[in-house]
Amino acid sequence: MKSEKQKKTKYGASALLLVPMYLTALVLVLGPLLYMVYLSLMSRGEVWGFINDVTLDNYVQLMEPLYLNTFFASLKLALLSTALIILLGYPFGYFMARLSSDWKRRMMLLIMLPFWTSSLIRLYGWIIVFRSNGTLDQLLMFLGVTDSPLRLLYTYPAVVVGMIYALLPFMILAVYSSAEKMDWRLVDAARDLGASRLKAFTSITLPLTMPGLLSGIILTFIPSMGLFFIADILGGNKIVLVGSMIQDLMTRGRNLPLEAAMAVVLMAMTSALLWLYRKISRTSKLEGLV
Amino acid sequence: MKKKRIKLSGIYLAVILFLTYVPILLTVVYSFNASKLTSVWEGFSLKWYQELLRDRDLREALINSLILAVSSCSAATVIGTMGALGMKKVPLKTNGLIESISTMPMMIPEIILGMVFLAAFSLVGLPFGMTTLIISHTVFCIPYIFMMVRARLEGMDQSIEDAARDLGAGPFRLFWDITLPMILPAVLSGMLLAFAMSFDDVIISLFVTGPRTNTLPVKIYTKLKTGVTPEINALATIMLAVIVSALLLSNFISTRKTRRKVRDI
Repeated sequence: MKSEKQKKTKYGASALLLVPMYLTALVLVLGPLLYMVYLSLMSRGEVWGFINDVTLDNYVQLMEPLYLNTFFASLKLALLSTALIILLGYPFGYFMARLSSDWKRRMMLLIMLPFWTSSLIRLYGWIIVFRSNGTLDQLLMFLGVTDSPLRLLYTYPAVVVGMIYALLPFMILAVYSSAEKMDWRLVDAARDLGASRLKAFTSITLPLTMPGLLSGIILTFIPSMGLFFIADILGGNKIVLVGSMIQDLMTRGRNLPLEAAMAVVLMAMTSALLWLYRKISRTSKLEGLV
Repeated sequence: MKKKRIKLSGIYLAVILFLTYVPILLTVVYSFNASKLTSVWEGFSLKWYQELLRDRDLREALINSLILAVSSCSAATVIGTMGALGMKKVPLKTNGLIESISTMPMMIPEIILGMVFLAAFSLVGLPFGMTTLIISHTVFCIPYIFMMVRARLEGMDQSIEDAARDLGAGPFRLFWDITLPMILPAVLSGMLLAFAMSFDDVIISLFVTGPRTNTLPVKIYTKLKTGVTPEINALATIMLAVIVSALLLSNFISTRKTRRKVRDI
């Protein structure tokens, strides 16, 4: 403590630059997060709020089928979306890295453009596509694939498409940024030495782009657990996810400690994933972010 | 053989990009549709734009969103830039820890952040509304600016600052004449990013907004939940136009910057 003070006097007024950042980090981020953990250990109040009485009941209550099923439904959707995003996004990032630098720049702009438009508005476009007698129905009927409207809006596939659409750019950018740094001569060398195309890919390209792929998984999986508005808008009220559940319970404010426990569990999962990522890739930097 | 492979990958890129733009293009096209139904085209009309202009609720929400984005983005810019500068000048042991705490809002799902803020604000008894919105948006905007500025500071040539100091420049002179111009592009692009994030945020705003303060995304969200109004098409098109121009502007600034860099060499 003393040495810190000495340092502060040594650096003089410059240390003041740090004050707002330190204050916001401690008071507005760490404080509220700790408060939530504290809340999750409290008992539920009679009508609203909580009683100062330490208990693990909230965590036990989360084991009830109602909550467990919602949790697994969210996990399933997140895993499915992430898997499809890998399938679509990995080749995209990979092919993009092989383009000429002019095309790379153009591609980047084209990807970023919709990414920066309002996420709600992009979802709205999918309502037009999916709604009964909407663009997709009309196209399919015109092509003679179906002869009556499919009514795809408010179905599971519509939600999955919405999730992919919202999160695909993260994967593309992450894979692209690591594929771009790759030394492609290694692939040529492997091919010259007689490796098949598949062998060269699995033994050279895949390991070298792994950091990007992992970072992309983190960047898509973590938000996908919480993006409740996609399921809300494209799935109607049929698909209940952890996110919509928290939001619903929270706005009605009926059981604060229970919701806090839910958030702590989600938080712990997120931190575990980030920790795993750091372990595997030996860096805390997420590829393709900023 | 090789040529064919390139072609296939090109087709793949084009198809995915096309699918990305389909919903956006449809929104724009249908904003000019005379019919209320999004499935039939009944000719060109600016009806929905007129209706939009008449909608007082939406206008109020737009003003709220602008106030919110401008104030939280400015506050975050000051705090984030000061923090990045301070951490470089004053290498405290705790800096790393504070950095990971302040960048946490980027890493955790927004829904948790919204919840955490809601709980914290009700604890201190802050009334929900513009104040709570500004505080929470500022907190999640800080990491974007901080990381941009820090990356720029890391790549900065220290000798220029040293030279200025040796030539007798005081700390303020040093900041205004040397440091600020050098970090300005990073500050501006961070600000743009933060502005876009704040202006687009639904999840956190839904949690911390009061019953009487609507932001534009919150308003759109409630409208989309209840049903489809072609008005939203028009609104989407306008927002799209604004965002595209902002993006092109930032692109213009950054290409000018690189051009200047090339010229300097």
